[in-house]
Amino acid sequence: MNHRTVGEKIFDVFNVCFLLLLALSTIYPFMNVLTYSLSTPHAANLPGLHFFPKEVTFNSYMKVLSNMEVYRAFGNTMLRTFVGVILLVLLTAMTAYPLSVRTFPHRKQITFLMVFSLMFYGGLIPTYLLVKNLGMIDTIWALVLPPAVSGFNVIVMRNFMQSIHPELIESAKMDGANEFIVFIRIVLPLSAPVIAVVGLWAAVFHWNAWFDAMIYTSGPRHEVLQLFLRRTVLDESNSFLLSIDPARELNLYTPVTLKSATIMIITLPILLVYPFLQRFFVKGIMLGSVKG
Amino acid sequence: MSQLLKSYKSHRALILMFLPGFLLFILFRYVPIYGILIAFKNYRILEGVWSSPWAGLENFHRLVSGPGFLKALRNTGIIAVLKYVFVFPAPIVLAILLNEVRKSWFKRTIQTVTYLPHFFSWVILASVLFTFLSTDGALNQVVKMLGFESINWVSDPNKFYGLVVLTDIWATVGWSSIIYFAALSGIDPTLYEAGIVDGASRWQQIRHITIPSLMPTIITMLLLSIGNFLNVGFDQIYNLTTAPTMEVADILDTYVLRRLLSMDYELGTAAGLFSSIVGLILVISANRLVKLYDKDQGLW
Repeated sequence: MNHRTVGEKIFDVFNVCFLLLLALSTIYPFMNVLTYSLSTPHAANLPGLHFFPKEVTFNSYMKVLSNMEVYRAFGNTMLRTFVGVILLVLLTAMTAYPLSVRTFPHRKQITFLMVFSLMFYGGLIPTYLLVKNLGMIDTIWALVLPPAVSGFNVIVMRNFMQSIHPELIESAKMDGANEFIVFIRIVLPLSAPVIAVVGLWAAVFHWNAWFDAMIYTSGPRHEVLQLFLRRTVLDESNSFLLSIDPARELNLYTPVTLKSATIMIITLPILLVYPFLQRFFVKGIMLGSVKG
Repeated sequence: MSQLLKSYKSHRALILMFLPGFLLFILFRYVPIYGILIAFKNYRILEGVWSSPWAGLENFHRLVSGPGFLKALRNTGIIAVLKYVFVFPAPIVLAILLNEVRKSWFKRTIQTVTYLPHFFSWVILASVLFTFLSTDGALNQVVKMLGFESINWVSDPNKFYGLVVLTDIWATVGWSSIIYFAALSGIDPTLYEAGIVDGASRWQQIRHITIPSLMPTIITMLLLSIGNFLNVGFDQIYNLTTAPTMEVADILDTYVLRRLLSMDYELGTAAGLFSSIVGLILVISANRLVKLYDKDQGLW
């Protein structure tokens, strides 16, 4: 159909090679960690690329999973994710729906407050002092309440809800439904796509959050998975790796294989749902980019 | 007035539904803005924000004359500029290159792979990178195979900004390219057909059709990011920092965090306010500048 010049053919080859190299360099560090996590100490210490595992063993995983701290951190992360997502989705929808009703009083001013909050932030210290004065330090509320209602999520949901046909809502009201029934029976089901997107954003946010947990909670009782990982891999001063007995255990695993297994255990839940997550997130970009 | 009352009355169920979320929003987004007063006070915890004595601009004097702030500001500025020069254009280039590939399965595969880091926290990404880049890690194995000495990638202060820029591209280029890729698929194909008829080469098509069509998206993304000019990526930098790189990795956000931990709340709030105001000024003036040039562009 179209004639490609020699120059264009060379460009195509280089382009494909470049993109392959980019994909390889994205995936290599992850493959590397996966490989280490499954390696025997002997294989881990061999020189080589460590892209695919050789001498596969689950010793490192067993060692990490025999540590009670992992389960506690898992529990804490699951709890904050579960409570955090439900609160966020429910409160965001309840705030967004009234704003989507065109006759709602002060609608313009409230929307301005939502948009302005995206451009101006009180800062870390005033926020910290507020949370502290509310008595939320060392409670789950410090992790789930501050992010529950954000201007961005409310605007994204409101924009979607504005596209619901008003006749649907009117006719339900004619049949005697009050606002709460309309909200639960009509608005929420019709908003399922945007609720799924915002809910998944929230789930990934809570799963990955560590900074709020670091400043608002202390002690191992409240430790979330991400902080457990930080303590194990990035800040080795305080890690269960220190309790390894070199004489007895170094033929089973090494610090590197144990760290890698810890990383994989925390990464795996996201990897498992990745294909699904990715599709919804890409959709979400389009929802979020609506100017409003 | 009575009209407003009537409106409240007729919407009372909606208002009831609205209030819990809205009050929470005001509490966590606007009460901290009131807390900024701490920057102008001699804050005493027991007396609260309002009753603490005023300090005028004394805290700001202490900020600029004390150690740390100006260095953090300098580091932040350097990283911000480097990120604008290298990280911001990367997804645009990726989107254009992907757009030149004909096989859609190939495109999709590259996209799926490069989106991956977006879904992980910087705690995970830094852990993965540290394993990969360590002295006997995989990258240095490759370096040794090529006959070189292994390189200290992560804890050499001279390489830290390079590490920050490269790992930021690594982590964000795929995901950030989505928006440009969507803009590219919206380009009218007849433009390219006309270009081919006129004998435009691929490079000329990219220069005269693809890039101009991307301009509105590029400007919008630039405007959206300019308000965060001084937020150079706390999550990334904090997790990538090791003891030897502490000096060069000290940015405004880590400065504020240290003030929080040392309970020097006034200085930390003043530094935070400085960076919020710079962001606000930048986004407002950039928006105005763009509108001066083209009325239909801009965020609002």
